[in-house]
Amino acid sequence: MSEPLLSVEGLSKNYQGASRPALAGASFHLAKGEILGVVGESGSGKTTLARCVALLERPDTGRVIFKGEDLTALSETELRKRRRGIQTVFQDPYASLNPTKRIGDALAEVMLVHGLATRTGVWGQVAALLDQVGLPVTAADAYPKSFSGGQRQRICIARALAAQPDILIADEPVSSLDVSVQAQVVNLILDLKDRLGLSVIFIGHDLQLIDFIAPKVLVMLQGEIVESLAGASLSEARHEYTRALIQAVPKLETHAS
Amino acid sequence: MSDIAIPVVSARSGNWPLRIGLTGFAMIVLAAIFAPFVTPYDPIALDLANALRPPSFAHLMGTDHLGRDVLTRMVFAARIDLQIGAIGVALPLVIGAVVGLVAGYFGGWVDAVLGRIVDVIIAFPFLVLVIAIVAMLGPGLVNLYIALTVVSWVLYARLVRAETLALKKREYVLAARNLGFGHLRIMFGHILPNAIAPALVFAMSDFALDVQVGATLSFFGLGAQPPTPEWGLMIAETRSMMLSAPWVVIGPGLAIVIVSLVVSLIGDGLADKVRRLDG
Repeated sequence: MSEPLLSVEGLSKNYQGASRPALAGASFHLAKGEILGVVGESGSGKTTLARCVALLERPDTGRVIFKGEDLTALSETELRKRRRGIQTVFQDPYASLNPTKRIGDALAEVMLVHGLATRTGVWGQVAALLDQVGLPVTAADAYPKSFSGGQRQRICIARALAAQPDILIADEPVSSLDVSVQAQVVNLILDLKDRLGLSVIFIGHDLQLIDFIAPKVLVMLQGEIVESLAGASLSEARHEYTRALIQAVPKLETHAS
Repeated sequence: MSDIAIPVVSARSGNWPLRIGLTGFAMIVLAAIFAPFVTPYDPIALDLANALRPPSFAHLMGTDHLGRDVLTRMVFAARIDLQIGAIGVALPLVIGAVVGLVAGYFGGWVDAVLGRIVDVIIAFPFLVLVIAIVAMLGPGLVNLYIALTVVSWVLYARLVRAETLALKKREYVLAARNLGFGHLRIMFGHILPNAIAPALVFAMSDFALDVQVGATLSFFGLGAQPPTPEWGLMIAETRSMMLSAPWVVIGPGLAIVIVSLVVSLIGDGLADKVRRLDG
C-alpha cells in the first residue's frame, strides 16, 4: 500500500480577534483519483480548510503532506515551485479572473511560468484547454467581462488545469451560479477527474449534491470535522449535526405517494 | 452547447469627453511641435515699432510691450508648459505607483515606514512646499521638476496603495499566488493594471495643476527665465500693462485654461472607460 497523495494532519487556524478557531485540528487523507466531499454551513471553516490545504493561508499548527513532503515546513520561495500541484477553483467567478488579461494570455502565462509549454507551442495548448472545458477557441481573445458566471468558472477550471495539478480544490464552485448551469459545471469537474485522474476536494453546503458526487464526505461544524462518511449512505450518519442536516433536506417522496 | 456564445462588446461607443479631449490635446501638441510653421513671427526677436498693438489680422492676439506677436509666443510656450505638465506627472506617477504598490502588497513595517514618509510630505501645503524647494535649489526648469516630483509622488502612492490593499484579497490575486507566480509578476502583472486607473485619472487633473504651478512659479521668477516664452512668465512680464492692453495677458491666460480643460476631459473619459472595463 503506497502512501496517500495528500495527508492533512491536525490542521488548525485561529484568526486574530476571533472567539473560536476557524479551523480546529482537521485531518484527512486523499488518494490519487479520489474525490472527497466537504460539507458544512457558512462559517464552518470550509474555505479556511481549502486555503490552508493550498497554503494560501499558513495554518497555525498541523501538517500538509503532499507527495511525501510537508508543505508547511517549506519557505515561501521553496513552496512557489510546488504550488501548481494543488489548484483551487474559487466560489466567486466574478472576482476570480484578472479583468485586464485576455483569457488566452491568462492560460498561457501559467504554462510559460512553469515551463510546461514553449512560446511557439503554447497557443495550441491554450486551445486544447479551452476545448477541454467546453469553450470555443475564440474565447482566448476575449476579456473576462464578456463571459457569464458559468463560463468564467469553466475558464477558472481551465486555468487550474494549465498548471497540470494533481489535486483540484473546488471551493463552492457552483454556489453562486444559476441552478441550470450548476449541473454543467459539476459534471465538467467529474468528467475531468475521470479523464485526467485528478484528485478532487469538492466543498459545498448542499449535502445532497456532495453526497451524490463524492463517495467520502467530511462534515464540518464550527471549524471541526465532526463526521466522516466513507462509502456509507447518509442514513448511517451518527453525529446529531449531520442528522439535522439530512432532516433539513426536503423529501419529495413523502408527498408523492 | 448554446450557452457558450460570446457577446461582442463594442470597444468604444460614444465616449465623447475622451474623443474631444484627445483631439484637442493632439492639436495643441502638434501646434507646439510645428510652431515655426504655424506662425510667421519669431517668438523672441524684438520689434519695438509694433509694441502693444491690439489684435488685428496681422497679429490675431495683438503684440506685447516688445512688439512680439502674442499668439506666436503662446504657441511656442506650449512646448515648455506641456513639458512641465508631462514630466511633472510622469515622474511622480511612476515613483508613487511603485511605492504604493510595494507598501500595499507587503504591508507590515514596509507599509508603516512608507506611510509615515507620505504623511509628512502631505502635511505641507502643496504650493508652499514646491516654492520652498525651488527657492532652495535655485530657479530653473530642472529644479521645478525635482520639486514637483518630491511633492506629488505621495498622492499617487496613496491612491495606488489603497487600491492594492483592496485588490490583494481578490480571488484572482489568490489564484495567481496559488499558481506559483512570483511577487513581481503578481504585483506588476495582476495588481498594478487593475490598481492604476484612479491614479491615471488623477494624473490628468494633476497635469493641469502642474501647468498652472509652472506658470505660477515662472510668474514669481522661479521657473522659466526671460526671454523664454512661457505662459506664466508672459503674464508676469506684461502685468503692468494689463489694463491698457488686456490682450497681452488674455492670450497666455486663455492658453492655460484651454490646456486644463482639454486634459480634464481626457481624465473624465478615462474614468468612464475604466468603469466599463470592470463591468
